[in-house]
Amino acid sequence: MMGAAWLVARKDLAIEFRTRTAFFSALVFAVLALCIFYFAWDESIIAPAQRAPGVLWVVLAFSALLGLQRSFSIEEHDRGIDALLVSPISREAIYLGKAIGNLLFLCAIQLITIPALALFYNLPIGRPLMVVTAIVLLAMIGIVAVGTLFSAMAVNTRLAELLLPMLSLPFFVPILMNAAQATTRVLADRPLAESWPWLKILIAFDLVFVVACTLAFPFTLEE
Amino acid sequence: MTSAPASASARTVLSSGLTAPKPIFDWFFALAGLSVLAVVVRAIYFTPIEALQGAAQKIYYIHVPSALGAYIAVGITALMSIVYLWLHDERADRLAEASAEVALVFITVVLTTGPIWAHKIWGAWWVWWDMRLTFTLFLWFIVAAYLVLRDGIEDAAMRGRYGAVLAILGALLIPFIHLSVYLFSARLHPMPVVLKPDKPSLPPEMLTTFLLAFVAFTLLCFALIRARYRIAVQRDLVTAFEGDGGSR
Amino acid sequence: MFPTCPAVEASGVRRTFGRRRAVDGVALSLNAGECLALFGPNGAGKTTLLRLVAGLLKPTSGSVRVCGHSLREDASARAHVGLISHQSMLYRALTSRENVEFAARLYGVPDPRAAALNALERMRILDRADAPVRALSRGLQQRVSIARSIVHEPSVVLLDEPYTGLDAAGGAALTDMLQLLRSSGAALILVTHNVDEGLGVASHAAVMLDGKIVRHDDCATVEPRTYVAEYRELVLRGAEHASSFDVESTA
Repeated sequence: MMGAAWLVARKDLAIEFRTRTAFFSALVFAVLALCIFYFAWDESIIAPAQRAPGVLWVVLAFSALLGLQRSFSIEEHDRGIDALLVSPISREAIYLGKAIGNLLFLCAIQLITIPALALFYNLPIGRPLMVVTAIVLLAMIGIVAVGTLFSAMAVNTRLAELLLPMLSLPFFVPILMNAAQATTRVLADRPLAESWPWLKILIAFDLVFVVACTLAFPFTLEE
Repeated sequence: MTSAPASASARTVLSSGLTAPKPIFDWFFALAGLSVLAVVVRAIYFTPIEALQGAAQKIYYIHVPSALGAYIAVGITALMSIVYLWLHDERADRLAEASAEVALVFITVVLTTGPIWAHKIWGAWWVWWDMRLTFTLFLWFIVAAYLVLRDGIEDAAMRGRYGAVLAILGALLIPFIHLSVYLFSARLHPMPVVLKPDKPSLPPEMLTTFLLAFVAFTLLCFALIRARYRIAVQRDLVTAFEGDGGSR
Repeated sequence: MFPTCPAVEASGVRRTFGRRRAVDGVALSLNAGECLALFGPNGAGKTTLLRLVAGLLKPTSGSVRVCGHSLREDASARAHVGLISHQSMLYRALTSRENVEFAARLYGVPDPRAAALNALERMRILDRADAPVRALSRGLQQRVSIARSIVHEPSVVLLDEPYTGLDAAGGAALTDMLQLLRSSGAALILVTHNVDEGLGVASHAAVMLDGKIVRHDDCATVEPRTYVAEYRELVLRGAEHASSFDVESTA
């Protein structure tokens, strides 16, 4: 099943690499948002390094939505999804493939956003930033798990683009709350053990929703 | 409405749960409405004012029973969603839909009465560290998303499946939100400050009013769900007569 | 491959959308090497029937089996089927070769690249193998789409209006390929409303009206010209019948 999933993911990444517009616009959005948030606070009241965690997670959530939006619209356009559905690969493999493709796509954006954050908000470069990157990956798994499923659902509704944020954001709430809490502590150079309660919820979220959304995906297809 | 033979033929076409039109006057709903009114009157005029919180405490007689109604309705939605995915019975889907809409109403009441009380007692309209209020707010978002999602889908079977999937995922999300809000507020306030009336020491008049309010609001919850369910049935009947219930 | 079972077997297949019965009690049996041309006016349920056979839709009642398997339950059996649908099912950003090669990989074809090039060659579009699909005309996209659907050499091919948009050369390539598929033992279902085209390649012909198969013939026994005339009359009568039924039901 993982082989088939990887095929689908590789196909999505090839399309992404060919068009590049989605990647580029999501990336520019993320960096632009970092800049806008910088000017939204008075520097003399809250130090940039202190708002960095909050900014990171807000920007990350919304740029993720941008990336997830197109995931199933490319399948819908000429009904490429039908070709996947009549092929011998399982529905679950299609979902996992789309999710892996989205995960890599979003991680690529974050790989540029995180250094940009460090640059703009004067964060120390070193171990804390590496840990933050790991937390981002952990959070991304959960975001992509639910986001991929809702992207598949949203393309089949009348509201399409409007609906994805409304469906996804409530599900992002626990991820963002816990990830931001953990990030704050990590960037303040506190021991990792202090962030552990929040990270535990993140891991549990990933496990529960990867399984639940994989099982739920076949129900979102036409029957 | 439709003539008798027409509705009879619709019944043969659509097997599950579509029955003949009901009389317009809803006795159950009237009873529930009257009992809520009676409880409100009792709470305002015939229940003593709480010594510490003053008259503001009386909003609890609406706030807490509404929360109960909301949880009942949300629970029915989640349960019926599982039943629908399992048995593909349209009645379960209609019940889930009806309950979700009623849940939204009750949650809105909770979210409106909560801040009014909090403003008087805590001096702030909204306090994020009150776990239950924050939690209820996110519940409102999920239920609202559920209803908007359903509204965006024309095909009845797909609407049912999508709604059920979202409801079940929402049910899985609830413990995570609960835990996250708890962890978030526990940091600032080691023990979430909740002015919880100590039940055994509650004066008998207040306790009676509370219990009556619980009964009345539960009745209202079921009456609303029942009424909304009937609307869903009528709607599906109309769609059935128009022919194409969900074309592709 | 499964000589004991018919390639396609449908019995009592019904499919409703809301109250509308798109397919209303269809029985079909098709053996290896046979080609069924399915005629019918718009909205007769041809596409729905094809999607039911392909396993994309679940029948409301009845059963569809391909090579003895239910495609909705047995994923590996789907490898026997190729579907050419209304939509191209291609990814516009990828090249023709990449699209076909991706399909070949989905089906686990041993040498996907060679198979893809071979399929494109058979549809005479090899010269545009490295052009992105978005840059191809509708007719050329249709050729790529057909190449995509037969790259895994399916034993059952389902074609929904495959001649749409094809020019003479494309049509000839498709006809050649259909003959080749048949002679290699594949069963074909060809949905079309062009009777001449259908009779040209089919071994059997069926007419669908209002979700039902109302006529079924062996092509060897019919004379094309009379068949066309009879088909026209059948469709016209069907339309009359449907409207008279409407009047009756609303009265």
